[in-house]
Amino acid sequence: MENSLSTRRNQFSVFKQPGFTIIALACFIVLYMPIVVLVVYSFNSGTSPAKWDGFSLQWYAAAWNNSAVKTATLISIIVACQASLYATILATMAAMGTTRTRPYRGQNVIYALVNQPLMVPEIVTAVALLICFAVIKELTDYRGLAYLVLSHTAFCIPFAYLPIRARLEGMDRTLELAAADLYANSWQSFRRVTLPQLWPGILAGAMLAFVISLDDVVITEFVKAPGQDTLPTYMLGQLRRAITPEINAISTALLLISAILALFVFLLGRKHGN
Amino acid sequence: MNRFLAIASTAFFISSFGNPSLADGELNLFNWGDYTSPELIEKFENQYNVSVTITDYDSNATALAKIKAGGHGFDLVVPSANYVQIWVQEGLLLESRPDQMENFKYVKKQFSDPVWDPGRRYTAPWLWGSFGVGVDTSIYGGNINTSEIVFYPPEELSGKINVPPEMNDVIKTALLYLGGDTCTDDKEMLRKVRDMLVEAKPKWLSMDYGMTEKLGAKDVAASLYWNGAVFRAKQENPDLSYGYPQEGYLLWMDSVAVLADAKNIENAKLFQNFIMAPENAALISTFAKYANGIEGSEEFMPDNMKGALEIEAPEELAGSGQFSEACSPDITKMYTAIWTELQK
Amino acid sequence: MADNSQRNDSVFEAAAHRARVRRNWLLSTPALIILVLAASGPLLVMLAYSFLQAGDYGGVEYRFSTEGWFQVFLARDIFDDTVSVADAHLSIFWRSARLSFLTTVTALALGFPTAYFIATRPRSSRNLWLFLVTVPFWTNLLIRTFAIMEVIKNQGIVNTLLMSAGVISEPIQMLYTDFAIMLGMTYVYLPLMILPVYASMEKLDFRLVEAGYDLYATRIKVLWRVIIPLVKPGIVAGCILVFIPSLGAYVTPRVLGGGRNLMIGNLIELQFGQGSNWPLGAALSIFLLLVVMVALLLYVRNSQKANNIVRH
Repeated sequence: MENSLSTRRNQFSVFKQPGFTIIALACFIVLYMPIVVLVVYSFNSGTSPAKWDGFSLQWYAAAWNNSAVKTATLISIIVACQASLYATILATMAAMGTTRTRPYRGQNVIYALVNQPLMVPEIVTAVALLICFAVIKELTDYRGLAYLVLSHTAFCIPFAYLPIRARLEGMDRTLELAAADLYANSWQSFRRVTLPQLWPGILAGAMLAFVISLDDVVITEFVKAPGQDTLPTYMLGQLRRAITPEINAISTALLLISAILALFVFLLGRKHGN
Repeated sequence: MNRFLAIASTAFFISSFGNPSLADGELNLFNWGDYTSPELIEKFENQYNVSVTITDYDSNATALAKIKAGGHGFDLVVPSANYVQIWVQEGLLLESRPDQMENFKYVKKQFSDPVWDPGRRYTAPWLWGSFGVGVDTSIYGGNINTSEIVFYPPEELSGKINVPPEMNDVIKTALLYLGGDTCTDDKEMLRKVRDMLVEAKPKWLSMDYGMTEKLGAKDVAASLYWNGAVFRAKQENPDLSYGYPQEGYLLWMDSVAVLADAKNIENAKLFQNFIMAPENAALISTFAKYANGIEGSEEFMPDNMKGALEIEAPEELAGSGQFSEACSPDITKMYTAIWTELQK
Repeated sequence: MADNSQRNDSVFEAAAHRARVRRNWLLSTPALIILVLAASGPLLVMLAYSFLQAGDYGGVEYRFSTEGWFQVFLARDIFDDTVSVADAHLSIFWRSARLSFLTTVTALALGFPTAYFIATRPRSSRNLWLFLVTVPFWTNLLIRTFAIMEVIKNQGIVNTLLMSAGVISEPIQMLYTDFAIMLGMTYVYLPLMILPVYASMEKLDFRLVEAGYDLYATRIKVLWRVIIPLVKPGIVAGCILVFIPSLGAYVTPRVLGGGRNLMIGNLIELQFGQGSNWPLGAALSIFLLLVVMVALLLYVRNSQKANNIVRH
């Protein structure tokens, strides 16, 4: 804790709360325990995901040779990247438009609409979307990924919106007002003043949206067009039959990619920090 | 960071719209997940220079809902026997006449004129099997050819039994056990079914899928389940055995049908004919571990599947199996009420 | 609201407010368009479906019927045709609400200290910790749930460890219990708690905390009186994000609970799937939506009132 506040008073840290560090570390252990199991079993040489038979890379080879798994993984990532990007942008705008303002008529309507996807089980939205998109598909004959991206964007919006809104609420406005006093236009003051302060909220929102999109099964199952299986819907199909460690291997590979990304963001953050 | 995101998203955006295809034709197959042999598809693609896209579904209800909504873009679907008539009645299937195709001669007698598709005017056989009990014989040594194991569990198995969350299959098996019809509105009979299931449930460990792993890993000692999955589990756990309930058990068959609004009708018909050839049907079976209904396909199958007890029933029990139709809406409503009561 | 002028009556101020409202709507519109197109709009279809007759094998017949709504609350006994309160539905709703509440409380108890821990790291490493929270969730929900199953099953890691340590002599049956469902949902929804709490914790002004200690407040007091009130928006956002999706959870109850007992999500899915009763499924979900929405709006209204009292 080399924060300026704590260095000033080195016997007494204002940050400390009894037990919090232990709970947090326990939390991380719990979060990673199943992941360790997953990674370990991806190197299992047996076919059963539940019994250790020795080290092997065969499931990585199998996953690499299984074009269905590869395509599904790719589609999952493409959809999640697009949907989380769009959802975060839209949610940031909506959060700017609904916080730090005197209550105005319709504000509650916006609030309710933004959070609506959270409030119904997925299967309902899924069936409703199936019916609506079917009409569009029939009229336009277009069956691309846009339907998946659109529906994922929609249900990702509340997940991105809430952290951003939480960050915005009560954020210190003095700097923005100072910027306005210096005749910065509203875009400049947003870009130079609000955005840097808002960045942690946006990052949290974007990560949530990405994760949520990556996980979605039910809506995707009903919206997908031919050849658009994502990793979750591919697994849903396997659920009744047998889940092979191929999936463990793919998941481990994805973890590795995300760990690299994490490092990348960390280094980037360090550069920003300096 | 922003620039990185912008470039990445542009790349993704472009990639999601391109759909290069070098083949002459296309074929969109909508099938159960983990059910389509990649070898089979590759062979078909090479033989006819058609590019095949496979998309998965996980239940008859989902598949029906998706196709019924329209605009789906699929050519072929693989409904179960009890759903075929619904598809036909809803006008969703094309009368592609597999019975007039070249390879129809290989279809086994018992499947060439099934009740759910008289004369095979719509569907070509894909795979078939049964819904019986998989039992770990190292834990229970008694007679396993009975569904009593699940409905009145013996001491050794109590608390170690699984029943899959398949409303229709489970209630119908219970009806067969009690000597009833698979679709019945006989209230006395249904009351007995409900009471029996409610009483048995505390002795069940779970109501779940995934038994291939769990029976294989000995997490579960017995389960009502599908034969091919138990066969797979047996490769992990040799103590497993598959029982055909003598009181009666359900048979099922999934068949390939061409959709009424298919875009690639010719290729779809080629596919129907293609899968009725013995060596091709054997590929399907080898991948999914179920029997296929095509004469002469056994010789192309791996040795451990030939004559395996899990793949086809022994003669003395074969007669107890029966195909079931989809029950009428009123009966389904009663079954749903019983099922909700059971799981409340 | 910080810049609210006292000269509310001035014409200039009113014009400025109108301009701000217009700007706010403009900012929100793109999100609203997407939501109306792909979430709320299609839901109107469901509302309509809840008043139609069930189709024979799924879907609906275009004939008006209140049967769907009737079945939400009342059950006609299939054996003697008597009508009574749908106690199966009630107990499923109650179980879902109870488990979701427990999940939210557990997630808060674990997530709050974790968010606090991350927020008090040096600025440069906070993003890394944050990323560490989300990394496990880059694996798919199903595979994660299966991995949890491996951890808590009878021959799983936890039981094996406890047994070899001599704490217990027989494995504890955790899998296929309500505890497993709660544990699984807590695991699955934990980042939805940590991230929003962190987002508002990160901007916490620790000078206020310091001021608290200068006034000889204990650590607990500072936590309750200073920190928690300041990060309340994040806590609320986190609780909403955990509680509501738990209510409709589908995969976790089925896999970890062994599917023996339904939750609302499974009940609704049953109607759209094997039960072939779409109007009932639609009515159940609209009912759930209404309950949650009314609760949320009441909350928002109350918190706004509370804010206004504080600010004026």
